[in-house]
Amino acid sequence: MGRLKTKDKTSAIMPLPLQIFIGLEIAAVIVAAFLYVPPARGFADKESARIIIFHVPCAMIATLAYAISTIYAIAYLIRGNTASDMKSAASASLGFLFTALATVTGMIFAKMEWGMAWNWDPREVSILMLMIVYAAYFALRGSILNSAARAKISSVYNIMAGLLMPFFIFVLPRLVPGLHPSNTLTSRSGLSPEYRIALGGAMLGYMMLYIWILRLSVRISEHAMLRRRKSIER
Amino acid sequence: MSVVHRASASREQITSRSGLIGYISAVIAVLVKDSRCELRSKQSISAVLLFAVTSTVAVSFTLGAQGQSSAIASTLLWVVIYFSAMAGLSRSFVHEVETYTAPLLKLAAKPNSVYLGKLAFNFLTLIALDIVTVPLFIILMGCGISKPGLFIALLLLGSLALSAGATMAAAMVSRASSKGALFAAISFPLLVPALGLAISGTNIAMGGDAVLTAANCLHLLAYYCGVVITASLMLFRFVWED
Repeated sequence: MGRLKTKDKTSAIMPLPLQIFIGLEIAAVIVAAFLYVPPARGFADKESARIIIFHVPCAMIATLAYAISTIYAIAYLIRGNTASDMKSAASASLGFLFTALATVTGMIFAKMEWGMAWNWDPREVSILMLMIVYAAYFALRGSILNSAARAKISSVYNIMAGLLMPFFIFVLPRLVPGLHPSNTLTSRSGLSPEYRIALGGAMLGYMMLYIWILRLSVRISEHAMLRRRKSIER
Repeated sequence: MSVVHRASASREQITSRSGLIGYISAVIAVLVKDSRCELRSKQSISAVLLFAVTSTVAVSFTLGAQGQSSAIASTLLWVVIYFSAMAGLSRSFVHEVETYTAPLLKLAAKPNSVYLGKLAFNFLTLIALDIVTVPLFIILMGCGISKPGLFIALLLLGSLALSAGATMAAAMVSRASSKGALFAAISFPLLVPALGLAISGTNIAMGGDAVLTAANCLHLLAYYCGVVITASLMLFRFVWED
């Protein structure tokens, strides 16, 4: 078992200037989403399309967080260090948070645009499956008492789930017909420059926020573990 | 002590045989051991079959002639198979832990032979389940099978896929504190792609139409089995060994 590095209190989780920058950056994105970006063409409700500036980055960060969680699970099985397992669990819970945000913003937009909050659209199916997969991951973590066994088994489950992702993202959705646009982000004509800037800004802000929260929650679980160890020694 | 000695002796006996033959004979030894235990106690097979027959009767009794639609019939068939599997397949590992035989098995065989042996045993249990349930389901629901060959291929591949995922999930759950409910909860995400493919293929075999073609369903199911079994062989030792 790898020993935890006990960091001194002065080592910052996120440098202060960067913290201020993240706050201003996200505030700027929120203002831009309502004031700078023009109403979208080709939607039933042109004003409501502004929500995609928050919705799309959430879904992307969620996918990224799950991928990082799986990578740390693999790292844990190779090296056996507790820190990797903590990062894996923290990243999965952040992925869950961003998935929930993407689902809620998506449902609001779907209600405005397609008339119903839930349509069994392919991406709705995949995001629902992602949520079920990781809800089961947390249930599994919660019910194994031995911490070494918990780390190993939940890493294995995490990797299995990661390997099945192609089925959730590409195969399952093909079993139902779809409503989401498929190539707006990659094609040239899909987005106006204002949208491109706002989306990029939101992506950057959310990404830094994700790293910040990830470091915070890893620090919290490190402290919890140290406290448990001290109380055992006493 | 003497039991441990005998177990490690039998491990030497099994592993002393050369390469692949030794591997296969270890797998068969685990399978034979499990089948013998099962034939003596009839714990999991009776739970699985009873659950399957009861749910098939309940479904067809309630739906009667309304279950004629191939989409509904194929979904219900796989729901019955899935939940019956959930009722029994976790026994394979939970039983070892409850009766304190897991440490002996760890001494007697390598992790991968344990996984493959348990997988073979679970697959045979599911085939027994299919043999009893599927004819009963077809007779009671009165649904026609327009492509019998495809139907049988889907049942075989679908059962293999279910047992591959469920064996791994059972091994994980056997170390957890709340086993029964957790088994269904963590198996479902692992098995849902296989279930979706099997349902939409069965729908085609019963004369309905789906977005995917029958060949797509078979290929993807085979691909799923390949992914899950390969990953399980690589990861099983982390779950099984302390």
